[in-house]
Amino acid sequence: MTWTPDQPIISVKGVHKSFGDLEVLKGVSFDVMKGEVVCIIGPSGSGKSTLIRCINGLNDIQAGSISVEGIEVHDPALDKLALRKKVGMVFQQYNLFPHKTALENVMMAPLLVLKRDKAEVEGTARALLKKVRLEGKEDAYPGELSGGQQQRTAIARSLAMNPDVMLFDEVTAALDPETVKEVLVTIKDLAAEGMTCILVTHEMGFAREVADHIYFTDRGVIVEHGPPDTFFTSATDPRTREFLSQIL
Amino acid sequence: MDLIADLARDLADVAPRWNFIWLYDPVTGGKILSGIWMTIKLAVACLIFSMIIGVAGAWLQGSPNRFLRAFVNGYIQFFRNTPPFVQLLFFYFALGQFTPVVTAPDGWTVQPIISNVGWAIISLSFFAGAFNVEIFRAGIEAVPESTREASEALGFTRTQTFRYIVLPLAIRVSLPALNNNLVNLVKTTTQAFGIAVPELLYQSVTIWNDYPSAQYPTMLLLFVVYIVLVGILVMGMNRWERQMRIPGYGA
Repeated sequence: MTWTPDQPIISVKGVHKSFGDLEVLKGVSFDVMKGEVVCIIGPSGSGKSTLIRCINGLNDIQAGSISVEGIEVHDPALDKLALRKKVGMVFQQYNLFPHKTALENVMMAPLLVLKRDKAEVEGTARALLKKVRLEGKEDAYPGELSGGQQQRTAIARSLAMNPDVMLFDEVTAALDPETVKEVLVTIKDLAAEGMTCILVTHEMGFAREVADHIYFTDRGVIVEHGPPDTFFTSATDPRTREFLSQIL
Repeated sequence: MDLIADLARDLADVAPRWNFIWLYDPVTGGKILSGIWMTIKLAVACLIFSMIIGVAGAWLQGSPNRFLRAFVNGYIQFFRNTPPFVQLLFFYFALGQFTPVVTAPDGWTVQPIISNVGWAIISLSFFAGAFNVEIFRAGIEAVPESTREASEALGFTRTQTFRYIVLPLAIRVSLPALNNNLVNLVKTTTQAFGIAVPELLYQSVTIWNDYPSAQYPTMLLLFVVYIVLVGILVMGMNRWERQMRIPGYGA
């Protein structure tokens, strides 16, 4: 199946996922169009992170299907490299390579995975670090950077692979309040440039501001979804209302 | 040098049990030097091979293939839980019988393709390698799963993740334990004496068999040489550890 831009760039259909006896996702379906920014919110343990980890194949699934630009993620014959070139991921704990400088962290994947020319990769990497406002920190090791700086390096590292979709897994949850903003601004810039983004987040204000669509998950299902204006003001499901009343 | 030789000769006259013979006798002196050289060659070869075995074994332990993992575990159990001296004797006498022979340069004698030195290197490398596998495994397990996931998400293959991410981090964690094992390895090379490898202990014993008066001094020399050799190794390892230190990471 060839994918065309008028079809959803990501299509999740009836996904079930269990860890042993614990069923984490109980039939989740949604579509994301190219350039859309989607936020997934919900209480802890509702399966949000598991869901986006399934999208780039870090977790397997028991039933249903996920396709990214027409690539079936859980096809046994999946070309993982092809998938990972399309999907970038940023993690809660940054997960930078601690023995490499910020610049090296950004350069590694294009050099090793895409086998691109070193001078060209370095130029792109420096530009990306500048873009996430880390000019001057190229030679710093992750241990010498603040949490916010590490997370922005991680975003630059993902962008270096030139993905079509970015997944953000609670990327501000480990940061102190002052640095949350600098990371959110970076993501907002990306969204404004038309990058397709899926964010798992607890930052409701941010979700409201940047999202085109909000999904609320609870106990492994999508309870309710909608564009932010209607979702935050006129949610109908009692579970959504309870969740929103606790955090807003 | 002459002064030291004369002093040693005088001391042997007044104290017959303290004959530092290799200080004034060129033949025994030469034996000591060739023994030290053989010990160094043996130690360096075993250090290199045992590290290669350690890294390769640790990599195979993470393999998805059950049989490969079982094979590595069997190897570790055997070489870690049996005496290295018995291993050496078994390798040389038992396995040595089955190796092919080649004609020596003189054209009429035959010799096994693997010499006693070869067997010593093989046996000691496998012995120390078994410990190195466990040491590297501990280091590998200290690398967070999330770091591996990050490289997986960037499209690295399993081999690339191991080579560029896991191993460099694991080695840093493993260095202190590796240091200990390699120190032990250098000292264990003396067991090659048992299969007549002309390393330092072997040469020393031939000297004190010929000159019993030289026994105590030669034993003292053994201590001094090993202190120096191990000292050099430890210095090198500490330097490596310092070079590998990452600003802002770990202790």
